[in-house]
Amino acid sequence: MTDDNLKEYWAINIRYVLILISIWFIVSYGFGILLAPMLNNIQIGGFKLGFWFAQQGSIYVFVILIFVYVYLMNNLDIRFGVQETEEDS
Amino acid sequence: MSVQIWTYIFVGITFSLYIGIAIWSKASSTSEFYVAKGTVKPLTNGMATAADWMSAASFLSMAGLISFMGYDGAVYLMGWTGGYVLLALTLAPYLRKFGKFTVPDFIGDRYYSQIARTVAVICALTVSFTYVAGQMRGVGLVFSKFLEVDIFWGVIVGMAIVFMYAVLGGMKGITYTQVAQYCVLIFAFMVPAFFISAQLTGNPIPQLGFGSKLVDGSDIYLLDKLDQLHTELGFAAYTSGKKSMQDIFFITVALMVGTAGLPHVIVRFFTVPKVKDARISVGYALIFIAILYTTAPAIAVFSRTNLITTVNEQHYEEMPEWFTTWEETALLNWVDKNGDGRITYAPGQAIVGNPEINRANGKIIRGEYGEVTLLNLLTSTENELYVDRDIMVLANPEIAGLPNWVAALVAAGGLAAALSTAAGLLLVISTSVSHDLIKMQFKPDISDKKELFFARISAGFAVLVAGYFGINPPGFVAEVVAIAFGLAAASFFPAIILGIFYKKMNREGAIAGMIVGLLFTLAYIGFFKLMYPEYNTPEYWWLGISPEGIGTLGMLVNLVVSLIIGMIYPDPPVEVQEMVESIRYPRA
Repeated sequence: MTDDNLKEYWAINIRYVLILISIWFIVSYGFGILLAPMLNNIQIGGFKLGFWFAQQGSIYVFVILIFVYVYLMNNLDIRFGVQETEEDS
Repeated sequence: MSVQIWTYIFVGITFSLYIGIAIWSKASSTSEFYVAKGTVKPLTNGMATAADWMSAASFLSMAGLISFMGYDGAVYLMGWTGGYVLLALTLAPYLRKFGKFTVPDFIGDRYYSQIARTVAVICALTVSFTYVAGQMRGVGLVFSKFLEVDIFWGVIVGMAIVFMYAVLGGMKGITYTQVAQYCVLIFAFMVPAFFISAQLTGNPIPQLGFGSKLVDGSDIYLLDKLDQLHTELGFAAYTSGKKSMQDIFFITVALMVGTAGLPHVIVRFFTVPKVKDARISVGYALIFIAILYTTAPAIAVFSRTNLITTVNEQHYEEMPEWFTTWEETALLNWVDKNGDGRITYAPGQAIVGNPEINRANGKIIRGEYGEVTLLNLLTSTENELYVDRDIMVLANPEIAGLPNWVAALVAAGGLAAALSTAAGLLLVISTSVSHDLIKMQFKPDISDKKELFFARISAGFAVLVAGYFGINPPGFVAEVVAIAFGLAAASFFPAIILGIFYKKMNREGAIAGMIVGLLFTLAYIGFFKLMYPEYNTPEYWWLGISPEGIGTLGMLVNLVVSLIIGMIYPDPPVEVQEMVESIRYPRA
C-alpha cells in the first residue's frame, strides 16, 4: 500500500462524506425547517409536506444515508485493500 | 385487575430480569468493565445503543412535549436522530480504530497533553451529571404515579437497581441489560400506539395513522381536524408551530451535534471488534431509535386530539375516571374560573406556578363539583386547565380507554428507558474518575484490580449524586436533558472532529476551544435558566437564540477559537500526526 494510494482512499472517503452530509442538510434543515412553510402548501394524504419532512421524512432519510455510507465504505476498503481481516479483531 | 397490580407484576418481572443479567455478567477486568472487552456484536451494540440513547425524556416526555409544541416538536425528532449520521460518517469508525476506552483517552492522546485530558474529563462529567439527573427524575415520576410511592422512594429504588448492574457488571452488564430494556421499552411504547391509531383512524400503523382520515364518519384528516380544534380554541395551528425559524434551526443543530458528542453514546462504539462493525452498528442503532422516534409524533397527535375532545367545554362531573385520579397527583387540574362547571381549555397558563393541592389535616378539600381545589393564584387567562406535559404518555392509554395492562406496560417501559440511560451515563462518570483521572493522571502504576475497585466505588458515588438531583430536579425532564446536549456540542464535538480531520490541529488550540466553548454555553444557560429565569423570553435572548439552542453558537465559538489559537502555536509532534494518519484507515 503506497502513500499515494492511501491519499486517494482518504480523498474518496471525504467526497462520500461531503455528498451524504449535503443530502442530510438539505432534507432536514432545508425541507424540514427553512422550506417547510412553502412545502406545507403541498398536501399528501393527511400530511402537509414540510410538516412530514420535519417529523417523519428526515428520520427515514437519516437511516438510509448511514446504510449507503456503510455500503460505499465497505466496497472502498476492499478496493484499496485496507479492509480488516479476522485476526485484526 | 387494577393498573397498580399489573404495574407491580410488570415491574417485578422486568426488574428480576435486569438483576439476573447483572449477576450473570459480573465484570472481572477493567477492559470488561469499560468496554465489554470490545467483543460486542454489531446488532447487539445497535440495540444497546438505542436503549442507552432513548432516555426517560424520549420515552415519557417527548411525545407529551411534541403534543404541546406541534410542528416545533421537530427540533427533538430531527435533533435526536440526525446526530447519528454525523456519528456514522465522521466519528465512530475513527474512534474505533483509535481503540482505547474513553473520549478523554482520545483527547488526551491526540492533543498530547494531560491538561487536554483533564478538560475533557471535566466536560464529560458536567454533561453526564446534567443528563443523569433527568433520568432519575423519570424513575421517580413513574413510581409515584403507578405504585403510589413518594418520588423520593421511587428514586431510591431506581438507584438501587442501577447500582446493582452498573457497579457489578460495568459495560458488559450494562450492554446486555440494555438489550433487554430496549425490548421492554419499544414493546411498551408501540402497543398503546397501535391500539390508539386503529381506534382513531382505522390504520394500526401509527406512522400512517396520523396522516389518515378519522373513522368517526366525518371524512376529515386527523391533522386537519386537530388544526381546526387548535384554531377554534385560539392556539396556533398544530402543523405550523410558533417558535422562530432561527431558534428551531439553532436548537436542532445543538441537539444533533450534541448527540454526536455525548460521551456515553460515543463509548458504545469502542465495544465492537472492528471498524466495519462500528459503522454498521450506528446504522442498526438508528433503525431501533427511528421506530420510537417516528411513532412519537403520531402519539403526540392522537393524545392531543383525545385530550381536547374529551375535556373542552364538557362538564367536570362527566369527566372519566382517569381525570380524577390524575387530579390527585397535581399533574392535571381544573379551576372553575367562570363558575359554569365546564372545563374551558384555552392558551396561556391557568394558574400561577405548579399546582398545590388545598388540604386540611391531610385530606383534600373539594370544590362545588367535587374537583380537587388548589392554593395557587389564578391567572387572568380564560384557560381553566393545568396539564403537566410529562403525563401525556403515561395517561394516554387511560385517555383512550385501553385495558389496564397497557397502562401498566407503559410504566415498565418508562422505567426501562430511564434505567438504561442512567446506567450508560454512570459508567462514563465512573470511567472518567477511575481511568482518566486516577489511572492516567495520579497513579499510572495502579494494578488492574485496584483500578476496577476504584471504578466500582466511583460508580456507586455517582449513583448517589444522580439520586440527589433526581429528588431535587431543576426543571422538566426533557429540558434538563436538552441542556446536556448544548454542553456536549460546545465542548467535545469540535475537538474530536478537528482531531480526526485536521492533522495540524495542536493542543493549545483544542484546549482553548473546549474551555471557551463550554464556559460560553454554561454562562448563557446559567444566566437564563438559573440566575434570571424571568428574562428567559425571546426578546432578551441573544440573536433570538434560546438557551436550548445556544450550544450551536458555543460550538462555532469553539471552532473559531481552536483554529485561531492553533495557528499561533507549533504543529503537533510527528508521532501524533502519524497516529491521526493511522486512524483514517481500517487496516494500515
